[in-house]
Amino acid sequence: MRTGSFESMVDAFYIFKKDLIQEFKTRYALNAIILFAVVTLTAVSFSIGVISADDDILCAMFWIILFFSSMSGLSHIFVREEETHTADTLKLVTCPTAVYLGKLLFNFMLLLALEIILVPLYFGLMDFYVRHLPLFLIVLAIGSVGLAGGGTIVAAIIAKASSRGALFTVLSFPVLLPLLISGISATRIAVNARSFTEASAELQTLTAYGVVVITVSILLFEFIWNE
Amino acid sequence: MLNRILPFFLFIWICLVIIGAFLYAPLAEGLGELTRVLYFHVPTAWVTVLAFLTGAVFSVLYLKSKSIKYDYYAESASQLGFVFCILATITGSIWAKMSWGSFWNWDPRETSVFILLLIYAAYFALRSAVEQEDKKAALSAVYSILAFVTVPFFVFIVPRVYTSLHPDPLVNPEGEIHMDAKMLTVFLSSLAGFTVLFIWMIRIKMNLVLIHLKLKEMEN
Repeated sequence: MRTGSFESMVDAFYIFKKDLIQEFKTRYALNAIILFAVVTLTAVSFSIGVISADDDILCAMFWIILFFSSMSGLSHIFVREEETHTADTLKLVTCPTAVYLGKLLFNFMLLLALEIILVPLYFGLMDFYVRHLPLFLIVLAIGSVGLAGGGTIVAAIIAKASSRGALFTVLSFPVLLPLLISGISATRIAVNARSFTEASAELQTLTAYGVVVITVSILLFEFIWNE
Repeated sequence: MLNRILPFFLFIWICLVIIGAFLYAPLAEGLGELTRVLYFHVPTAWVTVLAFLTGAVFSVLYLKSKSIKYDYYAESASQLGFVFCILATITGSIWAKMSWGSFWNWDPRETSVFILLLIYAAYFALRSAVEQEDKKAALSAVYSILAFVTVPFFVFIVPRVYTSLHPDPLVNPEGEIHMDAKMLTVFLSSLAGFTVLFIWMIRIKMNLVLIHLKLKEMEN
């Protein structure tokens, strides 16, 4: 097993590559997460119908769709290792930190793929107009890091528990809520065409959240992984 | 010896706090009879945080030592924390109804206490989902530490970013406490009383855990 920090970075990248190749064989997680987003978006758009919702509600709705879609796909990465019994082999070849970072990178990419589909659709279907687009994209990027970080560690917990799918949302929601709250608030600022400085408190919260959650996850992951 | 005197002393102390809260302490200006809920709401909220901290500390100890008793201790702390969290929510809700006009309106402080309830519920749900004892212990310890790390975001950051109607907690930005001497006496006594109550309760639970483990050992 390679445990040096540089080696674990390299290993993390290999694990990411492995998961990417595996994902494109079946495209299970990608299909699940994107279809979930489209279905939810359709449901929201259909039920709101011709009544135009105001921007504040649209911002909240966007993050709710993003949150629940990610809940449908983020846990797959660890559940798959448990179901195919490949986790033990991974344990032998590399250190836990590399596994966590590789899976985190994969989940982050999965979220980006989701957002590439979801954002234009949401803009089109919901008549959602963001006046400060760069701010919106930055909020989305930083938010995705936190979402992937929190989602990945909870996914690792869930994969070891016996009832897999059902608990994931329940466990993630309280942990991810600070991210959702500040994400929604920052999106509101972006929609109302204000400057970066006005969203600084939210951006700081989002960044701090991502850093804290990922650091703690790296420290704790070992205990779940070797269980 | 201490174990015998403590409950008796605690009983009298809490009785005095209740009498003090209703008869001795003067009412705050503009709040009227509402002031009295303060002497019970803040201590229960404080004990909730204390229990949450205790649970996280025991979780860390479990992960470090892998000794199963710490897992049971962490569970006990969380169970007590859950009870006090419900009490804090209810007393806070009464306050909200009387002072802001509705029992619940998603004020940042109300959100944070609600999240604590959710975290406890998720923690217990996770525990019930895993059957293997050491696995259950490790997973719930990790979850409880993870949750503990995100709670400061609710308690300190969210109320700063969003304006809250909630009066400042113990430490306000100016660093002073707006209470007269009599109120402060009752308030601090109540805080101390509830803290000792929590310590007494968790000690009982910890002893129960040890007895339970001993019995299990004897069975094998």
